Amino acid sequence: MAYKTIVEDNIDILVVGSGLGGSGAAWEARFWGQDKKIVIAEKANIDRSGAVAQGLYAINCYMGTRWGENNPEDHVRYARIDLMGLVREDLLFDMARHVDSTVHQFEEWGLPIMKNPKTGRYLREGRWQIMIHGESYKPIVAEAAKKSADKVFNRICVTHLLMDDSKENRVAGAVGFNVRTGNYHVFKSKTVICAAGGASNIFKPRSVGEGSGRTWYAPWSSASAYGLLIEAGAKMTQMENRIVLARFKDGYGPVGAYFLHLKTYTQNGLGEEYESKWWPSLQKMVGKEYLDPEASHLTHRPIPTCLRNHALISEVNAGRGPIHMVTMQAFQDPHLEEVGWENFLGMTIGQAVLWAATDVDPKNENPELTTSEPYVMGSHATCSGAWCSGPEDVSPPEYFWGYNRMTTVEGLFGAGDAVGGTPHAFSSGSFTEGRLAAKAACKYIDDGKAEGIVVSDEQIERRKREIYKPLEHYKLYRNEIVAGDVNPHYINPKQGLDRLQKLMDEYCGGVTVSYMTNEKLLNIGLKKLKIMEEDLESLAAENIHELLRAWELKHRHRAAECVTQHTLFRKETRWPGYYYRGDAMKVDDENWHVLTVSRRDPKTGEYTMEKAPCYHLVEDK
Amino acid sequence: MPTFVYMTRCDGCGHCVDICPSDIMHIDPTYRRAYNIEPNMCWECYSCVKACPQNAIDVRGYADFAPLGHSVRVIRDEEKGTIAWKIKYRNGTEKNFLSPITTKPWGKYIPKLADVPGPSKEMRDSQLLYNEPKWIRMDDGGLRTLQDAGLKMKKGVYY
Repeated sequence: MAYKTIVEDNIDILVVGSGLGGSGAAWEARFWGQDKKIVIAEKANIDRSGAVAQGLYAINCYMGTRWGENNPEDHVRYARIDLMGLVREDLLFDMARHVDSTVHQFEEWGLPIMKNPKTGRYLREGRWQIMIHGESYKPIVAEAAKKSADKVFNRICVTHLLMDDSKENRVAGAVGFNVRTGNYHVFKSKTVICAAGGASNIFKPRSVGEGSGRTWYAPWSSASAYGLLIEAGAKMTQMENRIVLARFKDGYGPVGAYFLHLKTYTQNGLGEEYESKWWPSLQKMVGKEYLDPEASHLTHRPIPTCLRNHALISEVNAGRGPIHMVTMQAFQDPHLEEVGWENFLGMTIGQAVLWAATDVDPKNENPELTTSEPYVMGSHATCSGAWCSGPEDVSPPEYFWGYNRMTTVEGLFGAGDAVGGTPHAFSSGSFTEGRLAAKAACKYIDDGKAEGIVVSDEQIERRKREIYKPLEHYKLYRNEIVAGDVNPHYINPKQGLDRLQKLMDEYCGGVTVSYMTNEKLLNIGLKKLKIMEEDLESLAAENIHELLRAWELKHRHRAAECVTQHTLFRKETRWPGYYYRGDAMKVDDENWHVLTVSRRDPKTGEYTMEKAPCYHLVEDK
Repeated sequence: MPTFVYMTRCDGCGHCVDICPSDIMHIDPTYRRAYNIEPNMCWECYSCVKACPQNAIDVRGYADFAPLGHSVRVIRDEEKGTIAWKIKYRNGTEKNFLSPITTKPWGKYIPKLADVPGPSKEMRDSQLLYNEPKWIRMDDGGLRTLQDAGLKMKKGVYY
């Protein structure tokens, strides 16, 4: 193999993936770490990487505590009800009590945040959301990370974490390859903050061709957060809690500002309000604790997003589609019309392209909405991710093992999509989680917990062989056929992705089965995933770009397996509208008011599932 | 294909290759100009469009649902701190938008944390992050705790 091995040694804090979470980690680490060596390994270019690469038009997590708008515990209660009761309230409270300091810093750095001319405060889109001109959100935040880091390695696809050979279950760095040069990169580090992305593209998309790039979550969010953590033996939580998004059809343009700021609303194909008629039957499924429209009306307690999805899906299945967003009224106001468009141009340009292509002017017609294919992630309105320790002054014993945001692998921390149990963090909350992880990682090192780490040459060489295997495999068998992609010895990454998406769709509750699954289907799904894992050993990559796709596929496959295991374990339908367990079509608080926690044994590949208690913030009387 | 490159405008400088988050803008070895090698992994995020010094990159909506005859063009100006959009519909309708992208000169107001005074031991032992408790309270108090909020953590089904 002609590729060089490049070793970066003596790193104190290695940040894997520098989206909002990783950038927050790298930036804050300098303050607590002082002379510590901080290194970033990023798959793309830090200036435009992660889910915020395109920009954002809102910051969805801002308390406004300094103006008396909300307290952190208010946000915890909101996230709790939106996720049907199951979240890590210690982690959420902790994120919420710090997040405002992050947002105000962004403004000082130059991020344009809109102001309410009457109050002088940030302009509210909703109770938690503020509006920004965020085209350059990521470049601004990246600048901060670059100022703190000793080195930024762009275009490194991190494939595996390195483990300490002297002590079981302790991290020692990471390895990967440069997607331009092909070189093998070894990062030896005392701690790792995994801030890689969640999972798009593990379920079959609604689109059939080019449009499959128009995923709701970025197509480069390749489940690496989960692939890396699960492979390292970290415990994972709430991986079954995938999310389905109700969005503008095909372009998946955001609806938040439309509902909250523009006051648009939905109706069925007959022009009728449809949600409320589904509430009585749905209330029988989930119980009054989770769906109480009268109480919601009186107290402004939100109706959980999944339940509103359920109404939309049910109405369409009853033959009264399509569902429309009623924009024609709001868009008569030129200011609101401008907000509506800039909202897309700021974060989902593809939706503007689509409306221009199809001559949809929301001033003159009401655009269609649809529900997306499922996504697995941990920073938007859902909370899949690693089982992490909370802060010592908040967390109960089951949630605390010494260092904030540390996974169950020593020295391995998480931020953003990587941390489980913390939904509704969004961009600002992910950055804040990175900051928390960075402080804790510095403390971990200062406490002497990272002494005596050994990484054997054997481990480094073994990973190297593994990484380049798809290139070797291609070379070995390519010339057995004349041309083309059909070969009895291998599949390419695109063919593998198609297989993964199809089986997840059909067996794990994707869009073509209206999000329905059951125990039998899930078990078949697991069997097929296992066989697919064997075939992934025969994955072929023609070049370095395909090698990138090969490793993204392997991370997606591992995440998909974990999602399927969790979905099988939880024998209830906790989030109707996200997915349904046809063999257990109710919320079952008696048995399942718990957080699901899994661990995959890296040696055997076997999963162990457990229930962890769910703690809530209650009045201390 | 979502992004595409005009043959006569591209000079092969590679800015798009450098910035694309999806690693799909590559230089064609024969023509020495950039092109999108994997349209179905393109998010239409416009990172390459904005980065192109020749305005050589454009977007044609996804073939499986977007009809031809539209365009969404953009000029991002870091000096002025603005982004200008021009939307052209298939039916000829035009819409223009202009937004700020920053309020300050690039990078100058982001502190280099290596140069600020380091944390005291007291701060290290607290739950505070850099620069806190600034901005997180109405009053001059510290970081919010469960005790301040009159709350505790309780196991089970309690709200």
